[in-house]
Amino acid sequence: MKSFAYERAASPAEAVAAATRAEGAKFIAGGTNLLDLMKLEIEAPTHLIDVNGLAFDKIEATPDGGLRIGALVRNTDLAADERVRRDYPLLSRALLAGASGQLRNKATTAGNLLQRTRCPYFYDTNQPCNKRQPGSGCSAIGGFTRNHAILGTSDACIATHPSDMAVAMRALDATVETLRADGGTRSIPIAEFYRPPGDTPQIETMLMPGELITAVTLPEPVGGRQIYRKVRDRASYAFALVSVGAIVQSDGSGRVALGGVAHKPWRVEAADTALLRGAKAAAAQLLASATPTHQNAFKLPLIERTLSAVLSEARG
Amino acid sequence: MPDQPTMSDVSMLVNGETRKLRLDVRTTLLDALREHLHLTGTKKGCDHGQCGACTVIVAGRRINSCLTLAVMHEGDSVTTIEGLGTPENLHPMQAAFVKHDGYQCGYCTPGQICSAVAMLDEIKAGTPSHVSADLMAQPQLTAMELRERMSGNICRCAAYPNIIDAISEVAGRKT
Repeated sequence: MKSFAYERAASPAEAVAAATRAEGAKFIAGGTNLLDLMKLEIEAPTHLIDVNGLAFDKIEATPDGGLRIGALVRNTDLAADERVRRDYPLLSRALLAGASGQLRNKATTAGNLLQRTRCPYFYDTNQPCNKRQPGSGCSAIGGFTRNHAILGTSDACIATHPSDMAVAMRALDATVETLRADGGTRSIPIAEFYRPPGDTPQIETMLMPGELITAVTLPEPVGGRQIYRKVRDRASYAFALVSVGAIVQSDGSGRVALGGVAHKPWRVEAADTALLRGAKAAAAQLLASATPTHQNAFKLPLIERTLSAVLSEARG
Repeated sequence: MPDQPTMSDVSMLVNGETRKLRLDVRTTLLDALREHLHLTGTKKGCDHGQCGACTVIVAGRRINSCLTLAVMHEGDSVTTIEGLGTPENLHPMQAAFVKHDGYQCGYCTPGQICSAVAMLDEIKAGTPSHVSADLMAQPQLTAMELRERMSGNICRCAAYPNIIDAISEVAGRKT
C-alpha cells in the first residue's frame, strides 16, 4: 500500500475543504472496497479523509413521506430498519443479497453506491485497463467476458457495476444528496448518477472532485409486491450474474431494474410499461440495445427467465 | 506526497484493556492486533475480506479486521478470540466447536467463532437475512439461516456441517 496522510474530518465543511486542498485525496468511510484496492495499489490516494465521525448515520422521515438515509448508515442497519423492511422491502432484500454479514456491518450507503467494478482485468495490475489506467486499453474486450456488461458498454470498457443496493435504489427512484467543495449542495437523481463509460471509463459518476455524498433520499413508499432476485454462481456471498429488482402492483403494472448487466443499474421506461404484457415483452425492452459476447449471451435468456419467475412470485 | 510513512497514535480497548499504539497509518486492525499487540489468535487468510479468518468484534459487531485501518478505531472496543475465552475457561461457542469437531486444521476457527458469537446477537436483535421468508418476523434459528449468515467465513477443510451443529447448540436449537 502506498503511503498517505490521514485525517479525521470533524465537520462536512472540513471534509470537503480537506478534499479540495489535497490533490489525490479520497474520503474513507466503511473502507471495505477502498482498502482492498489500496492494498493492490489500484487505488493510491495521497490523503485519506476519514468521514466516519460525521453525523450522517441516521435514517429520518422526510416531509413528503419518504426517507432520508444518511450516507454513513451501514448496510446492515439500512436493511434492518423497520421502515425500510415495511415500506421499501426491495431495498432490504437487495442489501441482504450482497456481500457477507461482516462486510455489511462496515459498508455504508454512499460507499455501496461508489464501489468499483469487480472486473478481473481491473483487478489485475499486469493487464491494461482503461478504468484503472486511462488510455492503456481494455483487456476484457476479446478476453474472458462471461460476467461482463451486455448493455451500455463502450469500446473502452465493458465492466459492470457490482452493487445490489443500487438496483433497488434505481427502482425506488432514489436521489443522491451531496455537499460540494464550494459549500453548495445538490440532489442527483439516481437515474443520472452513473456516467456511461464512453472514452472515460475511469470517471464513473457525476460527482465532482471533493464532492461528498451526505444522504440518499427515497420518495414516499409506492407499495406493491417488491422482489429482488439475484442469480449467482453460489448461493451466498457472490456477485450477481444478473439480478432483477421489481415492484409489481396488483393490476400488473410496475417497475423493473437489472443488476449485473451494465455500468449502472439498468432501467428502461418502455420496459416498465411493457410489464403489463409479461416478462417476455418487458425483457425485450430492457435488452433492446444489448451487445453481448458469445460468452455472456446467456445473460439475455437468464434475464427473461428471472423476470418471469419474479412476476410469477409477485402474482402468487 | 513523499513515500515517508505517516505515523499516528491510536488507543483502543482490546479485550477489556486499554492499548496505546503508535502506528504507520497504513496498518490494518488485523496487523495491529497480530504484529503489534501479538494477539495472534486472529488469523490472516486472504487479507482482502473474502475469507473471514480475520473476523473480530468491534463495538459489538463482527467485521473483517483486514479491511479497516487501526487508526479508524480510536476509542473503539475490540474483542478477539483471546478475549472470548481462555484454554481453562472456554467461551460456550469455543466449547461447542470442540464438542462438535467444528474444524480440521483450525486456521479459520477463531474467525468462525467470533463471527458466530456476534451473528447470534444479530439474530436476537431481529436483523433479517437473505433467506428470511418474512422481513417483518423475528428470524428463525434454522440451519439455513445460520449457513447464510455465516457465508462470510470460509472453511477450506469444509467442516461446515459440524460448525452449524456447534452454533446450533449454543443458539439453543435442537439439532
